[in-house]
Amino acid sequence: MHPWLEKQLHLIDFTLASLARRKTKNVGLLLAYTLIVFVLASLSLFTHALRSEASYVLAGSPEVILQRMVAGRHDLIPPGYLERIGRIRGVQKKEGRLWGYYYDPVVNANYTFMARPASEVADGTIMVGSALARERGLAPNNTISFRSYAGKLFGFTVAAVLSPDSELLSADLVLLSENDFRRFFEYPEGHYTDIALSVANPQEVRTVAAKLSTALPDSRPILREEVLRTYQSLFDWREGIVLTVLAGAILAFAILAWEKASGLSAEERREIGILKAIGWETGDIIRMKVWEGLIISLTAFLLGGIAAYVHVFHFGAAVFAPVLKGWSVLYPRFTLVPAVDGLQIATLFFFTVVPYTAAVLVPIWRAAITDPDAVMRA
Amino acid sequence: MRPSTVVLALLAGLALAFAVIFGHFSGSTATDAERLAANRALVEHYGLTDLALFTEARYTRHPSQADLHSAFQDHPSALEHFPTGSLVSPRSLPLFRDASLAGKTTSPD
Repeated sequence: MHPWLEKQLHLIDFTLASLARRKTKNVGLLLAYTLIVFVLASLSLFTHALRSEASYVLAGSPEVILQRMVAGRHDLIPPGYLERIGRIRGVQKKEGRLWGYYYDPVVNANYTFMARPASEVADGTIMVGSALARERGLAPNNTISFRSYAGKLFGFTVAAVLSPDSELLSADLVLLSENDFRRFFEYPEGHYTDIALSVANPQEVRTVAAKLSTALPDSRPILREEVLRTYQSLFDWREGIVLTVLAGAILAFAILAWEKASGLSAEERREIGILKAIGWETGDIIRMKVWEGLIISLTAFLLGGIAAYVHVFHFGAAVFAPVLKGWSVLYPRFTLVPAVDGLQIATLFFFTVVPYTAAVLVPIWRAAITDPDAVMRA
Repeated sequence: MRPSTVVLALLAGLALAFAVIFGHFSGSTATDAERLAANRALVEHYGLTDLALFTEARYTRHPSQADLHSAFQDHPSALEHFPTGSLVSPRSLPLFRDASLAGKTTSPD
C-alpha cells in the first residue's frame, strides 16, 4: 500500500479510538448533527418539490385573466364587456368564465363551483374533486343536495369523481353546467365572474394586458407569469417562516458544534501534548483532527440527507406538511414527484460539513504548536 | 479488520446510497410524468389558476386571483383570522410594476 495512504489509515484508526474514548459525547453530537441536517434537508427538498410541481402544472393556466374591479374589489363582468374588448391583435380566444365559492355547513368546508359547457356536464349533474367526494362519502351516481345562498335546496347527481391524482388542483372542485350554476347562485343573465384570454405569442402578453387596461380602465389583468410568481414567492415565504421558527434550534446546534469543535477539553489537550512528546508532528495532529471532523460531519450529512429524502418523498413530509401545505377541512392527499436541486444539496453540504471541519482546526493548531510540556501541565 | 477500513467502507456505502437515491431516484418516472402531464392538461382544460391547498378563504384558495387589498377585505381594518392567511406571503411585486397597466384617464385626476 502507498505509504501516504497507510499513514492516513493509521491516523483514522487513532481518531476512531480517540472518538470511542468519549463515546456518549460524540454519539450525542452525531445525533444532534444528523437531526439538524435532516430538518434542513427535508425543508428544502419539500419546498423545492412543491415549487417545481406548482410551476409545471400551472404553466397550463390561462395566459391572461381579466377581472373587473369596483372600489378596489373583484366584481362581476357585466353584459357587453366581452364585446368591448373587441378584436385585440394577438388574442386567440376570449371566454367569459363562471365560478364561485360555496360554503358547505355539513362539513364546514368551502368548495369551488365552476361552470362547464353542457357538452361536458349535463344539467342536474356534477363532477366533484376526490377530496370532496371522500369527505362527503360520494361515488358516481350518488345524489347530493346543496342549499343555495338564496335558501333553496338543489339536488345533483354525481356524474364523475375527478382523478385522485389531480387532488392538488381539484380537491374542492365542483363542476356543474352553466344553467345550474346561474340558477344555484342566482347569477344575473349575461354576467360572468371573469374573462380568460389566450394569447398565442408569449412576447405579446404584456402588450395585450396594457391594451386591455387602456380599453377597460376598471379592469385588472392577471398574467400567467404573475400566477407562477405568486406560487414561487408563497413557498419561499413559507420556507422562510419555518426556518425562522427553527432558527433557535439551529443556533443552539451551531453553539454546541462550535463549542465542541473549537474548545478543547483538558483531556484532549493532554492527549495532544503526549502525542507531541512522543514525536508526532503538528501536521499529523491537524490531519488526525481533520479526519475526526470529516467523519462526524460527513456521516451526519449523509444520514440526515437520506432520512430527509425518505421523509419527504415516502412519508409525505409529515413533520412540516401542515405549515408548508396549509391546513383546511378539505385536505388534498398527494405525493410529490422527487425533484432535487443540485445547488441546494451543495449549499447544504457547504453549510454543514465545511464549517464544522474548519472549526476543529484553529484550536488544534494552537495547541499543537505549543510546547508539549506546557500543554500537558496546563 | 482494522477500524479505519470498517468506517471508510461504511462512509463509502452511505455516500453511494446518497448518490443513488438523490441521483437516480430523483426526477420523474414514467408514471410521475404521466400524472404531471394529466394535471397540466386538467389545468389547461378547466382554466385553473391555483393549487387547492388552503380552502379556508377566497384569498388563500386563489391567492393569485385575490384582490389587491385582501388584508382588510371584509371590512375596513378587519383583522386576519384564518390560520393560513398568516402564512400567505405579501405580494412581492416590484414597486410600480403595474404602472403601465393602470387605468388611463383623459381628464386630470
